[in-house]
Amino acid sequence: MSVYITFTVERLVDEIFIHNLYVEFIIMERHNSYSQVKGVSTGTTILAVTFNGGVIIGSDSRASMGESYVSSKTINKLIQVHDKIFCCIAGSLADAQAVTKMAKFQLSFHSIQMESPPLVKAAASIMRELCYNNKEELQAGFITAGWDRKKGPQIYVVSMGGMLLSQPFTIGGSGSTYIYGYVDAKFKPDMSLEEATQFSTNALALAMGRDNVSGGVVHLVVITEAGAKHIVVPGDKLPKFHDE
Amino acid sequence: MQGSNCDYGGSKGLKMGTTIIAIEFDGGVVLGSDSRVSAGETVVNRVMNKLSPLHDKIYCALSGSAADAQTIAEIVNYQLDVHSIEVDEEPLVCSAATLVKNISYKYKEELSAHLIVGGWDKKDGGQVFATLNGLITRQPFAVGGSGSFYIYGFVDAEYRPRMTRQESQEFVINSLSLAMSRDGSSGGVAYLVTIDSEGVEEKCVLGNQLPRFYDPDIMEPSKAAKV
Repeated sequence: MSVYITFTVERLVDEIFIHNLYVEFIIMERHNSYSQVKGVSTGTTILAVTFNGGVIIGSDSRASMGESYVSSKTINKLIQVHDKIFCCIAGSLADAQAVTKMAKFQLSFHSIQMESPPLVKAAASIMRELCYNNKEELQAGFITAGWDRKKGPQIYVVSMGGMLLSQPFTIGGSGSTYIYGYVDAKFKPDMSLEEATQFSTNALALAMGRDNVSGGVVHLVVITEAGAKHIVVPGDKLPKFHDE
Repeated sequence: MQGSNCDYGGSKGLKMGTTIIAIEFDGGVVLGSDSRVSAGETVVNRVMNKLSPLHDKIYCALSGSAADAQTIAEIVNYQLDVHSIEVDEEPLVCSAATLVKNISYKYKEELSAHLIVGGWDKKDGGQVFATLNGLITRQPFAVGGSGSFYIYGFVDAEYRPRMTRQESQEFVINSLSLAMSRDGSSGGVAYLVTIDSEGVEEKCVLGNQLPRFYDPDIMEPSKAAKV
């Protein structure tokens, strides 16, 4: 994140310069979001679950255009907005990328000002402000998960209209309807890392098996106090169920 | 099920306001359903039994438009009676399912109902047939209705072949309970029908006796969803 250095110097000299730069950034991003309805949509399954000491955030890897063309088999929908804060996106890919880029920028600025790593809630609030203030034009929902020193592992859901909610686990995307029953039945609070990883992989595999716009590989990011670790479970290593 | 005959199709197509499930076990079948009938946003009947007999040991589970489903069940009941007199023995489950399929397929543009047929006969034991939109397929278990989308993952993960009678009943009750807690058009009580060579056992599980799953708002209010 080398953007820090330039802005710190400029800030001391000329605050108006920074403001203009920021405004230009917004205009450029808004132009990109006009094509959200017909463009690439993620049609996806995303989930996040807290366990004892951290949080796992996971997703499938398929991006589709319309309902019959897979435009990417291996897209990574887990975006890092800070060292220990990740976001996963559902909905229009263009909107989601624009919002997360903006949030990353604002978050890095915020953490310089506060001189400490940002709170997960701060990251989620930034996304919520962006979603709520632009609710007519945007079509994307987010799950923000991470670890901070104040409250430990947390998960926040920012829905499409701009609602912000904190939950111990959450699922989202088109494939999530098929696994509501499974996650309701199988989630236990304070699981171990192994149990939580198994839970996430199973849930995503089940959703990918039933939803035709979710598929590919499973991406998981495990965030704990020590840092963030990215795990990829390829298709042939996914758990198999009774009819496969 | 829908009280009125019009089609509350969402962006994903036809919406069937219910949850029905049928599973075969070694020696019989278990059928289960919720009990809610809705007309738009109103619940017009909260204790409707959607498991309807087609013959002594053959039942069907109704979903979709209430009128269409009930009419199909009545017609097939009559046709099956005539058929069993003609062949002078108990009808096969496959025959019942074929009769349902014939009606569903012939009138597929006008009707909007999905029946799952389950029963026991001497030839093949317990069998479950799905007849969605005019197809007929035998399956080890079948789920249907709007609530079924939420439990696809659960039934995929939890189903094991050759479960016992007790395990099958628990499987059905757990699945119904999960679906009823997530689907707005399913709810009320759970009805269960178990059919085997001995006969038919009907059971009703009241709402407060259904199994409960993890819900932070009730179990740990301090960790409930907050902003």
